[in-house]
Amino acid sequence: MEKMTGAQLIVRLLERQGVRTIAGIPGGAILPLYDALSGSTIIRHVLARHEQGAGFMAQGMARVSGRPEVCFASSGPGATNLVTAIADARLDSIPLVAITGQVPLSMIGTDAFQEVDIYGMTVPITKHNFLVRSAQELLEVIPAAFRIAMSGRPGPVLVDVPKDVQSQLIEVAELPPPAEPEALPPLDQGLLAQAAQMINEAEQPVLYLGGGVVHSGAAALAVTLAEQASMPTTMTLMALGTMPMDHPLSIGMLGMHGARYTNFVLEEADLVVCVGARFDDRAVGKAAQFCPKAKIVHIDVDRSELHKVKNAHVAIHADVTVALEALLPQVKVTLRKRWLSHVDSLKSRFPLQLPGQDDPRTHYGLIHAVAAALDDEAVVTTDVGQHQMWVAQAYPFRRARQWFTSGGLGTMGFGMPAAMGAAMAEPDRTVVCFSGDGSLMMNIQELATLAEEGLNVKIVLMNNNSLGLVYQQQNLFYGKRVFASKYRGAPDFVRIAEGFGIKALDLDGESDPRAALAQALNTPGPCLIHASIDREQFVYPMVPPGAANTEMIGG
Amino acid sequence: MIEQVADPLPQQGYAKVVLELEVNNHPGVMSHICNLFARRAFNVEGILCMPVADGRRSRIWLLVFEDQRLEQMMRQVEKLEDVLAVRPHGAGHEVFERLEDFFH
Repeated sequence: MEKMTGAQLIVRLLERQGVRTIAGIPGGAILPLYDALSGSTIIRHVLARHEQGAGFMAQGMARVSGRPEVCFASSGPGATNLVTAIADARLDSIPLVAITGQVPLSMIGTDAFQEVDIYGMTVPITKHNFLVRSAQELLEVIPAAFRIAMSGRPGPVLVDVPKDVQSQLIEVAELPPPAEPEALPPLDQGLLAQAAQMINEAEQPVLYLGGGVVHSGAAALAVTLAEQASMPTTMTLMALGTMPMDHPLSIGMLGMHGARYTNFVLEEADLVVCVGARFDDRAVGKAAQFCPKAKIVHIDVDRSELHKVKNAHVAIHADVTVALEALLPQVKVTLRKRWLSHVDSLKSRFPLQLPGQDDPRTHYGLIHAVAAALDDEAVVTTDVGQHQMWVAQAYPFRRARQWFTSGGLGTMGFGMPAAMGAAMAEPDRTVVCFSGDGSLMMNIQELATLAEEGLNVKIVLMNNNSLGLVYQQQNLFYGKRVFASKYRGAPDFVRIAEGFGIKALDLDGESDPRAALAQALNTPGPCLIHASIDREQFVYPMVPPGAANTEMIGG
Repeated sequence: MIEQVADPLPQQGYAKVVLELEVNNHPGVMSHICNLFARRAFNVEGILCMPVADGRRSRIWLLVFEDQRLEQMMRQVEKLEDVLAVRPHGAGHEVFERLEDFFH
């Protein structure tokens, strides 16, 4: 029998679960937990400057490691500030355990100081959530939170712990074992054989990979499947890197900003094998007109994704790794010469156009120059907007978990704190965050945390002094009525970074920007690299919202 | 607690269906379930809930319209951590018919 407080119990359970770094911000209702955390010699705390930053740092750690990571926030505004980061984790299926302080049990529901119903608020944006009503419950709830976050399709879990539960003394006879993922769904061999037969009989098949391939660690298996069956392979935004971009079977990213040829190849496919993807509207455009000639095989660990947007001819509820391992021996080794040469001809007629890629003062050129100065071990994150799509199109991703972006929620402000989380989890890697001026300003306060932690994070700021993607859409779809998308002031980001104690470099003033960039990227420690870009450069091609993928404009 | 987030789709043409849910019995379970239906503009026509199995579990009876999204809806309900089982029944299930007496 060991006597401890609820807070001490939480810290012990987190330690045993393998948690080593927690990002967060303390406040009144979570002080008992912080007091207990101060006694831990195993867990390091990173003090963020805004709870959303803490949430994205935990996400960055989780996206690198694939394991659930933890953030802390106090009650009320601390908890509501976490909401965006939790919703973001939900839409991108990232395992996250958010622990919030709550007012004491007896005061819940009385509009007490800094009380919000964060449990109620996070019902629709978590995989599951808990309001803990006694220290005893923590013995079940904390392991359950980790188990749920990491099982099947990963996702965020919130645990709300009232202050008096944190302080409550309990006697613990034995700590529960660390949580493990639940058993995977059993594989339906009959459906799998049908899928194999469809692949073997198809003449023009395409493989469509999603983030589930990354979560399941199945990138190599997916590439083998593509090679074995001669399947041109497209990737969603979340799956970039699962097949190296320069692989002969890669046809790049599909959808709204995919290359013309990619969407044309899908148009002609007679079979689409969708693995760990969910037919998201930005990927498939108008769903009714997506792959009109194709039969669909859909493999997903989340049963509710099957038949949700597109009816699949064969729908397999399974973990991607399990399914692909069983599928591979049944798929014939085939060289589909005619189909591959047709794909090649589409590619040469409608290629992805990257104008200016040899000039580091253009957007594509800057991305190429960054890639040229780094190897595949570097991690790349982005914020959200034009720069995100340009990086997705042009950066030569070659491995899974090389790239992290806010895909589903599209959260501006994601990039820098997520990059910091990645650097905390894997300090030996260089982490580059491509950002825009609009996005960077949404979590710019985390520069203070970055300076304090001295992480190896390089921010490449593509500055067009506007909300570029909004400006683009107003120009293209709203009769050039540009409104509320151009900034009137122009902050000096170099001085801002220096004011926070971060080294900064302005590529605009460099006579040899390529060399200056390479030197900055390869010097350890944080750095902000500023580059002005042309506001009139748009992301092309573009599928207008609501249109079919073949109705692209530009590019 | 639940706000209507989208206009209900015209469901009058559809048959009704009764869903029987086996769930854990603790505060918050009902809000997880109702949120899902509300978000997808599924009007829950009838709802009935009582504890079973010495109070650790509850059985919830729901009366909803059976439109083409019901199958996917049920899969989402089954995914909820506190939902142990979902069983669909025909609209004629006596649980709501016998309840009618209390609404006249």
